[in-house]
Amino acid sequence: MDNQIIIKIALIAALAIFAVFLMLPGSGARHLALRRLSMIGLFAVAVVAVVFPQLINEIANAVGVGRGTDLLLYGLIVVFIGNSLAASRRNRHMERELTQLARAVALADAPGHTGRGSERR
Amino acid sequence: MRDVIRQAVEVFPNIVCVDDGSTDNSVAEAIAGGAVVVRHPINLGQGAALQTGLEYAMRDPSAEFFVTFDSDGQHGLEDAFAMVERLAHEPLDIIIGSRFLDGRTKPGKIKKIVLKLAVVFENVSTGVRLTDAHNGLRAMNRAAASAIQIEQNRMAHASEIVAKIGQNKLRYAEHPVHIIYTDYSRAKGQSVWNLVNILNDLIFK
Repeated sequence: MDNQIIIKIALIAALAIFAVFLMLPGSGARHLALRRLSMIGLFAVAVVAVVFPQLINEIANAVGVGRGTDLLLYGLIVVFIGNSLAASRRNRHMERELTQLARAVALADAPGHTGRGSERR
Repeated sequence: MRDVIRQAVEVFPNIVCVDDGSTDNSVAEAIAGGAVVVRHPINLGQGAALQTGLEYAMRDPSAEFFVTFDSDGQHGLEDAFAMVERLAHEPLDIIIGSRFLDGRTKPGKIKKIVLKLAVVFENVSTGVRLTDAHNGLRAMNRAAASAIQIEQNRMAHASEIVAKIGQNKLRYAEHPVHIIYTDYSRAKGQSVWNLVNILNDLIFK
């Protein structure tokens, strides 16, 4: 079990990458590309796991996880967290755009100025 | 609320109220009091409402100074008037109200601690030295109103404004104001839980 350190490092590294990803401003094109690449990677891993179930067990043993199912569970958790972060980021972005749209509508519907000198909210 | 606006119109003729998806009769109250009402089609939050109000007001080219205040009657008109007077005569871009500069305001114990913590956080993170973190009474000139584009839709806008004062190197000052804690404003005011939400909004942009 002394090679458990490998899976620990791998999981912590994955979470650290998410943290960095959260702080970076990031361009739209790069994010979209990264999302699609990780989606393809996920499919590839899933296919391999279906075709060679024994392989998952061997990888699990190599990185210090008891069974292949445990490794899959860890992988699922990492993917889930990553997906949640990406979704909330997209949400914030959409909220900002929605705000601009709603404000434009509000100002377009607002009555004109009467021009009685200084102005307040 | 109608009385708040009716009294305010006496001093400040142009008042904009932003209706942020309210379901009670406050729109009718505001219009009856003599304010212009700008209506958000959906609920966006207090920060978004402030920005909408400022943008509407800035469309009037004759408007020189802009005051933000809460419509629940917790701010005093004489304080707002004094702040605009200072803006007109002193080399300042923005004046922020502070309830801690004199002994008039009596906030609760927990509220006081939370506000003081927020002040420390803002002083450290923005470099702008203030004594009160979340005071809704502010007076600014056109340069400040243009520089401060509020993007925080909810309660974190107060910290955002302070940060933008620092980023844009606006000339700022504080003015002692009296916050009147009525039952209405207490009920509508921020719960301490909001501290968690504000920090979340500030960290995860």
